[in-house]
Amino acid sequence: MVVTKNTVALIGTDAVAEAMRQINPDVVAAYPITPQTAIVETFSQMAADGIVKTNFVAVESEHSAMSAAIGAAAAGGRVMTCTSSQGLGFMWELLYIASGLRLPIVMPNVNRALSAPINIHCDHSDSMGARDSGWIQLFSENAQEAYDNTLQATRIAEHPDILLPVMVQLDGFIISHAVDRLELIHDDIAREFVGELHPAYSLLNSSKPASVGNFDSLYGYFFEFKQQQEEGMRNALQVIQEVGKEFGKATGRSYGLFEPVGMDDAEIAIIALGSACGTVRSEIECMREAGIPIGMIKLRSFRPFPAAELVRVLEGVKVVAVMDRSDSFAGGMGGPVFMELRSALYDMPNKPQVINYIYGLGGRDLSIELTQKVINDLEEIAGGKEVQQKVNYLGLREGEE
Amino acid sequence: MTWDIHDIQKWSWRKHPLGGVIEDPGNSSKFKTGGWRTFRPVRNALNCNQCLICYIYCPDSSIIVEDGNVTGINYDFCKGCGICATECPRDAIEMKDEGEETDKQNK
Repeated sequence: MVVTKNTVALIGTDAVAEAMRQINPDVVAAYPITPQTAIVETFSQMAADGIVKTNFVAVESEHSAMSAAIGAAAAGGRVMTCTSSQGLGFMWELLYIASGLRLPIVMPNVNRALSAPINIHCDHSDSMGARDSGWIQLFSENAQEAYDNTLQATRIAEHPDILLPVMVQLDGFIISHAVDRLELIHDDIAREFVGELHPAYSLLNSSKPASVGNFDSLYGYFFEFKQQQEEGMRNALQVIQEVGKEFGKATGRSYGLFEPVGMDDAEIAIIALGSACGTVRSEIECMREAGIPIGMIKLRSFRPFPAAELVRVLEGVKVVAVMDRSDSFAGGMGGPVFMELRSALYDMPNKPQVINYIYGLGGRDLSIELTQKVINDLEEIAGGKEVQQKVNYLGLREGEE
Repeated sequence: MTWDIHDIQKWSWRKHPLGGVIEDPGNSSKFKTGGWRTFRPVRNALNCNQCLICYIYCPDSSIIVEDGNVTGINYDFCKGCGICATECPRDAIEMKDEGEETDKQNK
């Protein structure tokens, strides 16, 4: 089959809405919040115009959005919603219900800082707070990946070995509101890839009734259900790669748990999430041309966290810098990616030194200059200089007192 | 599908239905909820004239009726709400302390 390229220029939110159009979910329940609003706006127009068969529910809050999504998914529908920041915060208790009931809901989350002070720009503190809620989390570098990840998320969530909800992260404004060049998949290919949902049960099927959301405190099998969720997460490590490979066959763009750049011979490395990888990548390419053995790991799957796979790729690396776009406020322990990577490396015999750069909070730019500073630090440490500070705040104003 | 849960306490975590979804309708009778009780209704059959008011009022269908006559109370499901004792026109049902009654049984 000859496939002509369909190259377009879209802002990230429209790229996600385009993926939602092709997925054509049965139900979308959503409430607007900056910077996610544009996704819902575009998609609700599609629903109003009859371009999709989706039953669009304009709910009164994010709490209701996730509640409606849970009900619709338990009814056997393919369900999506999307949110940002405070909206994700308002969904909180329902996040755990969606994952605990094993409902394959897909939710693009446009990463935005959490108040206070009120701030609408990008950081990862919203989704990082939800890291233990039992949702799979995929991060996107650009609009292309936000689009590709949304399509793949449906397949991953609905896989019978997983049946967990998936958040697709895209950086607020940097990805969501910047025009980007991307390749769209033809509708036929997208629909064939996404396939049909075959729910195990449906609340609407009166000939095969099911009871969902049952009380479990008298006999107490709650612990067992939590172990099943953990197993689903472990299975996801495999399935995310399989789906990413299959997506590659259909589109030419393959995906794994993370993307290693120049890691075969790297002695120093940077690991990052989301749009920062674009900036880091361009610097790394320059440095590699200049003969510096530096590499990058673009972490795509934060949940599940691919610990064993990261250990393998970091073998032989002397120093690795972890870029965190959120703080865990643990009093000097660093950001969430740093903590998890250090934990993953603990049993490694010749582990690299790991230093943390918390950057970009509330949308502060990760400039080329700041990236160069990180690389300089790494080179000095690899050259024998002692680590001055394990946790660094990159781009923080430290002027007059 | 008939859900056989007689040995559920021996099940591995892998055997439970995902998400705690129950696809076997009408199995709430297998879920014994009487353990919630603080007070236990104890029936004095000598005072009872079989008016069946307790049977009508019981919100948990825990009054056992055989051939049109009240014969006892199903403690597997009675939660001790006390409605039967309040409604009984002949004071034939008395609410007793569950702990003391259980102790008596165990002696």
